[in-house]
Amino acid sequence: MNSEQTAIEFRGVGFALPNGRALLADLNLAVNSGETLVLLGRSGSGKTTTMKLINRLLDPTSGEVRVEGRPTVEWDPIRLRRRVGYVIQEIGLFPHLTIEQNIGVVPRLEGWEPAKIRTRARELLVMTGLDPDRFAARFPRELSGGQRQRVGVARALAADPPIILLDEPFGALDPITRREIQQEFRTLQAKLHKTMVFVTHDIGEAFVLATRVALLKDGQMILLGPPAELLASSHPEARAFASCFLDAQSIGGAK
Amino acid sequence: MSLVDFLLSNGREVLELALEHLFLVAVSTGIAILIGVPLGILLTRKPALSKPVLGFANIMQTVPSLALFGFLIPLNLYLFHVKIVGGIGARTAIVALVLYSLLPIIRNTFTGISGVDPAIREAGKGMGMTDRQLLFQVELPLALGVIIAGVRVATVICVGTATIAAAIDAGGLGRYIFRGLRANDNVLILAGAVPAALIALAADLLLGTVERVMRVGDGVKGKRILWGAVFALVLVGMIGVTNLFSGKGADRVAVGSKDFTEQVILGELLAQAIETKTALKVERRFDLGGTLAHDALVAGEIDIYVEYTGTALLAILKGQPSSDPQEVFKRVKADYASRFKLEWAEPLGFNNTFAILVRGEDAQKLGLKTVSDAAKISAQWRAGFGQDFMSRADGYPGFAKTYGLRFQETREMDLSLTYRALAEKQVDLIAGNSTDGLISRYRLFQLADDRHYFPPYDAVPVARRTALDKHPELRGVLKQLGGILSVDEMRKLNYAVDGEKRQAKDVVREFLARKEWTK
Repeated sequence: MNSEQTAIEFRGVGFALPNGRALLADLNLAVNSGETLVLLGRSGSGKTTTMKLINRLLDPTSGEVRVEGRPTVEWDPIRLRRRVGYVIQEIGLFPHLTIEQNIGVVPRLEGWEPAKIRTRARELLVMTGLDPDRFAARFPRELSGGQRQRVGVARALAADPPIILLDEPFGALDPITRREIQQEFRTLQAKLHKTMVFVTHDIGEAFVLATRVALLKDGQMILLGPPAELLASSHPEARAFASCFLDAQSIGGAK
Repeated sequence: MSLVDFLLSNGREVLELALEHLFLVAVSTGIAILIGVPLGILLTRKPALSKPVLGFANIMQTVPSLALFGFLIPLNLYLFHVKIVGGIGARTAIVALVLYSLLPIIRNTFTGISGVDPAIREAGKGMGMTDRQLLFQVELPLALGVIIAGVRVATVICVGTATIAAAIDAGGLGRYIFRGLRANDNVLILAGAVPAALIALAADLLLGTVERVMRVGDGVKGKRILWGAVFALVLVGMIGVTNLFSGKGADRVAVGSKDFTEQVILGELLAQAIETKTALKVERRFDLGGTLAHDALVAGEIDIYVEYTGTALLAILKGQPSSDPQEVFKRVKADYASRFKLEWAEPLGFNNTFAILVRGEDAQKLGLKTVSDAAKISAQWRAGFGQDFMSRADGYPGFAKTYGLRFQETREMDLSLTYRALAEKQVDLIAGNSTDGLISRYRLFQLADDRHYFPPYDAVPVARRTALDKHPELRGVLKQLGGILSVDEMRKLNYAVDGEKRQAKDVVREFLARKEWTK
């Protein structure tokens, strides 16, 4: 396997809690450079665990996870995390920092010049569809949910990391805003060519964004392939998700 | 005199005491922050420690303040040859105040940081912050409002507790409160309590504002206020530390006193006598409660104070009571010299013991001179005694037995009321204190204790031998003070302060002038 093409690789990875309960078992998976892999599954299926194994918020209890060809346990966790952008479920913007300061966190940790951080933050605000003059000096609590999500994405992109992890970033948004932001995100993705791992339980979102989908159930990967493959699968879990998607489509179609 | 009059006419002193008070609070709170915040942070990193540490801080808060002071005074802890704990004065008070302020600060730091949204902490970690970066850039800024709330509680506690620090001569507004309690003077009590309450309110208001700004998380403004506060604290702390550890000058003598009127007068007497007759500078450290004056003398915090022979024998040496004044004096003198390296000087000339009192007119009419004289006619008399005299070992039961006294009626009442009851002829005989100013005011007559039932309480200056060796001229002054005060003169001085509300230093100055004490 060519490591130039493979950004992230799971080799027989298992993860169990200290009390012995297994959250993930024997996961084998390779994420190609520049692709967007969507981890799909119900709550508790092991999606977020899989993601946290990539930036070493968790270490595997068996097998190994490789990032850029190196096992994560050999990475300095701080260095690794600064190469991997991270957008988490509840956004996690720092309430005591302005939008501009929030976006500039990783560049500041990396010791960039203040002027350069400023330019970069404004550039990213434009890229994510927020007017820098209006938003840069505001605090997160002064923004709507959708605006905060954009800032979350901008912050993950700040230091231009080759890999970005997104853990249900749009989960808390209303359906219309969500649809808009998904579309914008897809445009952004096409422009940036980053390797992305995207966790969601929304199959619609998976269809909009995924190069490939990995379907998880109870800590096992039961399917890996392009979205269309999911619709064709006969596995009961795949069919459950597929029918959700098709129902939504048909309602949409009848409108 | 009303409170307003008092505050207006003593403005300078009130201000000085208020500043002393503020100083105690600022230094204590500052040190408590320097210890408490890092400790609170440590607890968030090592949660196993949180139970013992918070438990300890909790216990410290339940220890009564006077007990804590009493426990700290005999300790003598040094750090790099600088005395940290022990003795009387601001240093020990600050240690105690720090112990009281720790709990709210540690607890709020701990809960403030633990209370930071886990999602935000995870975001910081996931973005590649080290533990230190996470702490300083995320956790502390977000916990700041809660931490300042803890500082606010600590400060208010400190303002209150610092009033008690006056008991160990740490100064502050507590001086007025203690003085007022002793003299039963409500104006004086309020003169201490009202400014202290105002300081507490002001501190609460100020820190409340800082806290609100911090909670809102208004970056720039909050930071400026915080740095201002930190700067002010450091400044006060530095001034304080230089003050505290500057130490006594070589040509200074520290005169102490216990915490009642007569003792303050006697302390002032020693101080003025030394000032008049020698070139030494005198540091006055009056109003030491309980046996603190003795503890302070042994610890070398003061050089001299006036003690009573009976008190030294019974309360300090825990010896067997004796009624022979000469024997008691010899015993305490010898024991103090060998046990404490302290020297007893010449007795001042009066004995502050129980006084059996009758109306002067009765004494004259019936020709009464001694208690034995009164015993012959006591069956027709009514007696009034304080609760203390009725119950103590050297009190009523043994007294009545020694003289074969039998009264028509024996009434138990508050000591302060017995004088008036005697003057108003509700009773015919009472037991008071021999130096009480009310004796001369009501023209009462003290019957001689001819069978020597009461132990002697002769007032005598006690001094550190090292101080006397260092300043030999002190011995001369003490010799001249021998026998200077009769019981009657002591009564008059007490009455001038207690009854006429005059300042002890003025009363003593006039007294020494009458005795023709000049350079």
